[in-house]
Amino acid sequence: MYNWNWSVFLSQTPSGDATYLDWLFLGLKWTAALSLSSWVVALILGSIFGVLRTVPNKWLSGIATAYVEVFRNIPLLVQLFIWYFVLPELLPSAIGDAFKQMNPLLQQFIAAMICLGLFTSARIAEQVRSGIEALARGQKNAGLALGLSLPQTYRFVLLPMAYRIILPPLTSEFLNIFKNSAVASTIGLIELSRQAQQLVDYTAQPYEAFIAVTLLYFILNITIMFSMRWLEQRTRVPGFIGEAK
Amino acid sequence: MDYEFDWTSIPGALPILWSGLKVTFEITVTAIVVGVVWGTLLAIARLSGNRLLSTLSAAYVNLFRSIPLVMVILWFYLIVPQLLKSLLNIEATTDIRLASALTAFALFEAAYYSEIIRAGIQSVSKGQIGASLALGLTYSQAMRLIVLPQAFRNMIPLLLTQAIILFQDTSLVYVIGLADFFGASYKVGDRDGRLVELLLFAGLIYFLICYGASLLVRQLQKKVRVS
Repeated sequence: MYNWNWSVFLSQTPSGDATYLDWLFLGLKWTAALSLSSWVVALILGSIFGVLRTVPNKWLSGIATAYVEVFRNIPLLVQLFIWYFVLPELLPSAIGDAFKQMNPLLQQFIAAMICLGLFTSARIAEQVRSGIEALARGQKNAGLALGLSLPQTYRFVLLPMAYRIILPPLTSEFLNIFKNSAVASTIGLIELSRQAQQLVDYTAQPYEAFIAVTLLYFILNITIMFSMRWLEQRTRVPGFIGEAK
Repeated sequence: MDYEFDWTSIPGALPILWSGLKVTFEITVTAIVVGVVWGTLLAIARLSGNRLLSTLSAAYVNLFRSIPLVMVILWFYLIVPQLLKSLLNIEATTDIRLASALTAFALFEAAYYSEIIRAGIQSVSKGQIGASLALGLTYSQAMRLIVLPQAFRNMIPLLLTQAIILFQDTSLVYVIGLADFFGASYKVGDRDGRLVELLLFAGLIYFLICYGASLLVRQLQKKVRVS
C-alpha cells in the first residue's frame, strides 16, 4: 500500500535551506512571472499585428498575416526549442555568446518569455482583428469624416470598442498562457510543473506532489477566471455587448 | 552570423523521422476518435436534465481544462500507471509510454471537444427536440437522429481546427521521452550535433502540415456556409 505523507512538504530539501513547500511557491512565482511578462509582450505585439491585419495597405496586412500564420502553425514546444537552442547559434556571435554566458535561469526565462509572448500574440492578433471587424464600418468612416487621421481613428474610436468586445476570448488566452507556461519546464525553467517533477524525484511521494501542483494550477485558473469576469462586467458597453448571464 | 549549416544528417535520418511522424499521427487520430466520442457523451450528460450527471461532466471538463497538458501527460505516465500496477499487479517492466500518451491525450481532448460539441448541440433550436418528442420519438432518438447530425455539421470546422491544435500539442509527449516526430527530430539532432538544422526542419514540416490543413478547413468552412 502507498504511504500517504502530507507532511513531506514541511521537510527540508537536500540543500537544507528550504522546505519542499518553499519549492512549490518558488515554482508558482516563476509560473506567474513568466506568464505575466509574456502576457505583456503578447498584448503589445498582438495589438500591433491585429491592427495591421485590418489596415488598407496590402503590404502591411500581408506581413501581419504571415506573422500570424507562422506562429499559429508551429507547435509551441518546437518554437521554444528554436528560441532556446537555435537562435543563439544564428545570432551574430557576440550576442549569441553573451546570451550563452548569462545565468542559465535567466536564459531559460528570456527564451520562454519571448516564445510564449510571440506564440500568444498571434492568437491575440486574430482576436483584435475580429474585434475591429465586428464594429460597424460606419464607425471608421465617421471617425475619418470628423477629420481624425487613420491612426487617431484606431486609437480613439475603433480600439476602445474592439478591446471590450474581445475581452471574453482574451480571458481564455490569458488562462492559456498560464497553462502553456508549463512547457518551459522542458528547457529546465523551475516553474510549477518542473517542481512537481523535482518533488517526485526527491521525495518519493509522487501522489502528494502531483495533487498539490494540480490544485495550485486549478486555484490559479479559478482566480483568474473570476477576476476577468469582474473586469468584463465593469467594462461592458450597455446595449452593445450582451449582458453577462 | 557565423553558423555553418550542414543539412547532411537529415536524408539518412528520414526513416527515423517518418516513424516518428507515424507516432504523431497515431496519437492525433486516437485522441480525435476517442475524444469526439467521449466528448459527445460528456456534452450530452452536461445538457441532460439529470443534475448528478451534468455536475460530474462539468467537473471533469473544468478540471481537465484548468491543468496544463504537460501536467496531464505526466499524470498519466508517472502516477496513474503506478496506481494501476499496484491495483492490478501488472508487470513493472512493460513500456507504457505510448499507452499512457494515448490515454492522456484522449481524455484531455475529450474535455475540449465536449465544450465544442455542447455549443454545437445548443446551436440547434430547442423547438426541434420538442417537435421530435411530439412526433413520438424518445429523447435519445431525438438526440441521435435529429439534433446531433445537424450539430456536427455546424461544428465540423471547429472540430477540425481543434484537431490541428491537437496535432501540434502531441509534440509535448517529449516530456515522457516518446519518439514522436518532434522527439525523433530532437534525438537525431542531439546524436549528430545538428540540433539547429533538425529543429528548423521539424518546425518547417509542422508548419507545412498545419498550414495546409488550416487552408483546407477554411475552404470547407466556406462550403458549409453556402449550403
